[in-house]
Amino acid sequence: MSTPFLQAEAREANANIDTFAYDNAIVRKFMVATALWGIVAFLVGLTIALKLVFPNLLAFIPQLSYGRLRPLHTNAAIFAFVGNALFVGVYYSLQRLCKARMFSDRLSALHFWGWQLIIVSAALTLPFGITTSKEYAELEWPIDIAIALVWVTFGVNLIGTVLRRRERHMYVSIWFYLATFITVALLHIVNSLELPVSFLKSYSMYAGVQDALVQWWYGHNAVAFFLTTPFLGIMYYFIPKAANRPVFSYRLSIVHFWALIFLYIWAGPHHLLYTALPDWAQSLGTVFSIMLIAPSWGGMVNGLLTLRGAWDRVREDPVLKFLVVGVTAYGMSTFEGPMMSLKNVNALTHYTDYVIGHVHLGALAWNGGLSFAMLYYIVPRVYGTKLFSVRLANIHFWAATLGILFYAIPMYIAGITQSLMWREFTPDGALRYGNFLETVVRIVPMYALRAAGGTMFTAGALVAIYNLYRTARMGTFEAEEIVQAPRLRPAGSGATERHEGTSAWHRALEARPAQFAALTLVAVAIGGAIEYVPTALIRSNVPTIASVKPYTPLEIEGRDLYIREGCVGCHSQMVRPIRAETERYGEYSKAGEFVYDHPFLWGSKRTGPDLHRVGGKYPDSWHFLHMRQPTSTSPGSIMPAYTWMYDARLDDSHIEGKIITLRRLGVPYPAGYERQAAADLGTQAARIASGLKSGGFDTSADREIVALIAYLQRLGTDIKARPASADAGPPSAPLAMANAGGR
Amino acid sequence: MMVIFFLIAAGGAVAGGFLAAFIWAVRSGQFDDTTTPPIRILLDGRSRAAAREDSLSSPGLFIPEDLN
Repeated sequence: MSTPFLQAEAREANANIDTFAYDNAIVRKFMVATALWGIVAFLVGLTIALKLVFPNLLAFIPQLSYGRLRPLHTNAAIFAFVGNALFVGVYYSLQRLCKARMFSDRLSALHFWGWQLIIVSAALTLPFGITTSKEYAELEWPIDIAIALVWVTFGVNLIGTVLRRRERHMYVSIWFYLATFITVALLHIVNSLELPVSFLKSYSMYAGVQDALVQWWYGHNAVAFFLTTPFLGIMYYFIPKAANRPVFSYRLSIVHFWALIFLYIWAGPHHLLYTALPDWAQSLGTVFSIMLIAPSWGGMVNGLLTLRGAWDRVREDPVLKFLVVGVTAYGMSTFEGPMMSLKNVNALTHYTDYVIGHVHLGALAWNGGLSFAMLYYIVPRVYGTKLFSVRLANIHFWAATLGILFYAIPMYIAGITQSLMWREFTPDGALRYGNFLETVVRIVPMYALRAAGGTMFTAGALVAIYNLYRTARMGTFEAEEIVQAPRLRPAGSGATERHEGTSAWHRALEARPAQFAALTLVAVAIGGAIEYVPTALIRSNVPTIASVKPYTPLEIEGRDLYIREGCVGCHSQMVRPIRAETERYGEYSKAGEFVYDHPFLWGSKRTGPDLHRVGGKYPDSWHFLHMRQPTSTSPGSIMPAYTWMYDARLDDSHIEGKIITLRRLGVPYPAGYERQAAADLGTQAARIASGLKSGGFDTSADREIVALIAYLQRLGTDIKARPASADAGPPSAPLAMANAGGR
Repeated sequence: MMVIFFLIAAGGAVAGGFLAAFIWAVRSGQFDDTTTPPIRILLDGRSRAAAREDSLSSPGLFIPEDLN
């Protein structure tokens, strides 16, 4: 440590030293939240995993049905568990990297409690079917606004700390944190643009293919900038710290950062391969996904090679063990992801459990591994003690690692098995497994194995929490960690002047023209979105298929029930132009068929069959029986029963508002139609109910099930009608595709 | 498909912002020194935890030889 540079700095330091305290209390708050919500996320996940093996498990509680719990699980895992963990990482490392306390204790508290409140509100809305149905963005509009506000609170706190740093150089982790804040803010706001119908119901501003594109632009970048970039920042801080070695190549980390953020944002369309999205946009997504291998692997290699000369310590140190497994899983996921973005591979893996295996490798090993590594690293330090039991930590490590393998491998097998069964033909050209259910029953044992893997992972996490609790009990918590650091002097470039006082952060910004321009650009982009998106998008929603008409009021209500119950979690509405699919489901889906779909309901997983062409496929009575007891029409089905929809009266009190809102979004309901909507709804419901009654099924027209049947029977039928007589055409009429221009 | 042009514009704005940040970072000398920053983060200010670690026989800090 006798370098001239460090000596010079030491001399300078003595002249001008600040004494201040790191805020460990906020770090502890986020650690407790991480542990608590982590367990909740794992247990909800375990519950829905078991429901796929035992469909009748807790089936009598609508709030705990699979479709409603799945978004609760994903939101809890991403935003509650990983979210709080990323805040642990940022609040702990940022202060030390900047040699500064967090910008504002008040903002820290506001951020913490605001975020927990959002999580609680998610837990209080999603099980009750209050959802937008857009994956990882299910929360309704009031919560969306709260998320934006709390996120900006975090951002101000983050940037404020960076601006008040006592270290001129911004370590690479800080760059990752800044990119996280800026990009997530933009993604969240653009994807959440929606028009409220009531306090807890809204319709997406976008329709059909446009909604799908925005959603997956968001969805993919949520993975990129919520689950990846902050954790790369965490990796670049905690691996060197835990190994007590500088990062393998700092230069590589810089290249890694800039390359990653420039490439990531364009990869979203790989979630929509073979859908009705324009081909060129699909190819764009694929190309950028493949390019992403380079920076991703650069980061993985950089992380792992940091441990050169320290591999012997990986044997002993639980922190390093979790870091190594996490970074290795990151490498595997970021190779697997681009491969799944290739169209030929995607045709096989999309809609299957392969994707579920892929995301859990990332979430459990990469995010989970790094999160637990952080907890094992930070807790002993802030409590001034040693880890209570390395043995227990090792037990946790092996439970987690084996649990992940027991999770992922059965999912890979299930996904490939089922997908191959979907596309298998007999020599005379018929589907070998024409009944979708055959392909489900085959993989149920894999679902059981997956639940076992999840149980192991959860058990390991409980051991970890016990261990960390005992560690905390052994030491004394140092809420204010007193440290000293030299004050930062104004640099010659004038780029890092420090100002004190209330408006310091803004004056400091002014001294940074480039940064200011960047922030302005983001602000302009957000403002532009709000101004421009509604008008431009509504104008472009001109139907391209003449026979495609808006939904009837009853169908709107049925569709909202479909959204409420989370049907989209297991059923896609997107028939790909692949022979095995057109044989099984019917004509492939066209972009023009979705122009009135606010939001789109294409789905991303086929635990059950695609439903886009289900309209008219079965009689009403089949749906009536099926939804009440799925095994009565489909022996062996793992779909839960929806008995409550037979008792509950349809709440159509908002139909007027729904029509008005949808018209405002560009759906061409005639002026004044909202006054007639309730009557039309009643008429259509009475027709369906009397049809059911004449078949001997006892129901009344005002039940929810009637609306759901109306919606299902409408699905995908419009293009079968002749444009001249929209509802008179026989189901087998030749498709009027000459003027369709679906793609 | 109007929305794709909007997304490209939004993505471009973010990319432009990152580009501006990158140019600022390079011009202000953020990346001139790629040797000391990774070592500096290992040296925390004197805190209770750091003092305790020093007193224990923790593995010595690894510094590449080319530093001198």
